[in-house]
Amino acid sequence: MNTVSQVRITREETILDGKCIFTGSITELYREFAGDYPKFFKMDSLCRLGFMAAELLLKNIPAPIRENAAIALFNRNGSLITDRNYQKTVSDDNYFPSPALFVYTLANIVTGEIAIRNKIYGESSFYILDEYDAALIEDIAASVFITSSPSLLLTGWVDYNDETDYLADMKLVTDNKTKIR
Amino acid sequence: MIACIADNIISPMGLTTEENFSSVSKGMSMLRNHEDTFGLPEAFCASMLDRELISGLFADHALSDNEYTFFEKLCILSATDAISSCALQAECEDVIFVISTTKGNVDMLETEPDCPGCRLAFSAEKIARYFGNTNTSVVTSNACVSGVCAQIAAIRLLLGGKYRYAVIIGCDVLSRFIISGFQSFKALSPEPCRPFDKERKGLNLGEAAGTMILENIGGTNVYGNGSLWEFAACSNHNDANHISGPSRTGEGAFRVLKDILEKIDRDDIAFVNLHGTATPYNDEMESIALHRSGLEDLPANGFKGYFGHTLGAAGIIETILSMKAVETGVIPATKGYGTKGTTYGISASSATRETDRNTFIKILSGFGGSNAGIAYRRRNVPPCATFRKGGEA
Repeated sequence: MNTVSQVRITREETILDGKCIFTGSITELYREFAGDYPKFFKMDSLCRLGFMAAELLLKNIPAPIRENAAIALFNRNGSLITDRNYQKTVSDDNYFPSPALFVYTLANIVTGEIAIRNKIYGESSFYILDEYDAALIEDIAASVFITSSPSLLLTGWVDYNDETDYLADMKLVTDNKTKIR
Repeated sequence: MIACIADNIISPMGLTTEENFSSVSKGMSMLRNHEDTFGLPEAFCASMLDRELISGLFADHALSDNEYTFFEKLCILSATDAISSCALQAECEDVIFVISTTKGNVDMLETEPDCPGCRLAFSAEKIARYFGNTNTSVVTSNACVSGVCAQIAAIRLLLGGKYRYAVIIGCDVLSRFIISGFQSFKALSPEPCRPFDKERKGLNLGEAAGTMILENIGGTNVYGNGSLWEFAACSNHNDANHISGPSRTGEGAFRVLKDILEKIDRDDIAFVNLHGTATPYNDEMESIALHRSGLEDLPANGFKGYFGHTLGAAGIIETILSMKAVETGVIPATKGYGTKGTTYGISASSATRETDRNTFIKILSGFGGSNAGIAYRRRNVPPCATFRKGGEA
């Protein structure tokens, strides 16, 4: 696979293609580099993190190429932070389940949010591994090209544990044949 | 070539694939009304497993009962049956476990919100370790399409060449968490669901576990006595439309069907096994996707009227049941269906139909705008002394 672009977002900094471009929270990052998508504020933390990583990676990719891109993301904690929040809304003395929150108790919603924003009609998959197994992640990402021919693959790690501990380490890759830039 | 060499289904309708298919053939369903279950304020209609029965069965097998949750016991029991039926040495390095689940042990959040068992992959690792397998296990968590995504992930890993066998387990168990969420969406039908029907009122949830074991058997020169199930095509597309509602144009499902139809022989398709949740929007969307694909006249069916929507298990158990349907030449009826209730035609039937074709398509759609589909073909294999001896052609 050829890497077109890569991004790393942590609490400390945002690094795009090896260069630190921002320091601040995910919301501040949104205000600086996106700002035009109010739906961002409806998303849970995992989605906001993955969404911003995708914004930075896809901003210069033309729409017709984006349409046939694939998304394959990985993490360890799934949607656990939102699961815990939702659980608090269905206790006996405090019962008010909300569909707006429940939908984010699915880890793959982040792939859907990215697809909607970028009009990506290709594959969207979410995988959960209990360890960051770099070789297995690389194998699964590369194997997307075995049964399909996406223009690009948006792949990598996106994990949100709490507001001090989160990581998006995502990249845009092509198979060895396609040239994007 | 990737072949399915063993399978199992555990549901309230049986503990093996054969028992479940037989229950379907008899038109049975275990969808029942549940009041006061999980202490929920509202009753619900669902297909639920007998927890004591499963724990009792597990106690007969297991080394230590207390270490495993109900979800893990179900996965282990299902995989045990499939693994023993093909005599797979699951501890070997060339075996990978792929687990399809949406919520795993989410019920543990009620009492132990910080326990590691709440992590889906922690639970998957426990299941693989039970069988002595030490490879990193993969969880596919793609809402309702997880079961087909798990098969696609496994097939690709096998084609990649690093593994020879994949044990794919799909399972979800119901809890206060899951039922309350679907109730908040107003997605549940108060009575047994009616897929594709004019009077459909929503879905029912169900509990099940299913296992498929896939093998990369090398080239196409395969010998044996009888037949085998060969992977034929797969596809996954997002609607890019809405996180909790299906596309009005059936875009993702249409693209999935288009990809699959390019790779299989249309004249050999016995039927399309649809998602058929019996929500107004899902079934309507599927009718649009079938119409756009020119598949309106092909027999279609759905299994949710027997089992309810079994979430992470659905893609696995519905694929296995479709295999049994082709093997027996009988397409099961769509339980709950009576009168056409979608804009375009879905060739569903309240009666069984016969088929002599060998390929089927299974499709699913779910939250996050996901759509996935897979096709398998039954292939006759000429007799030879050594069964399943592969090698490049």
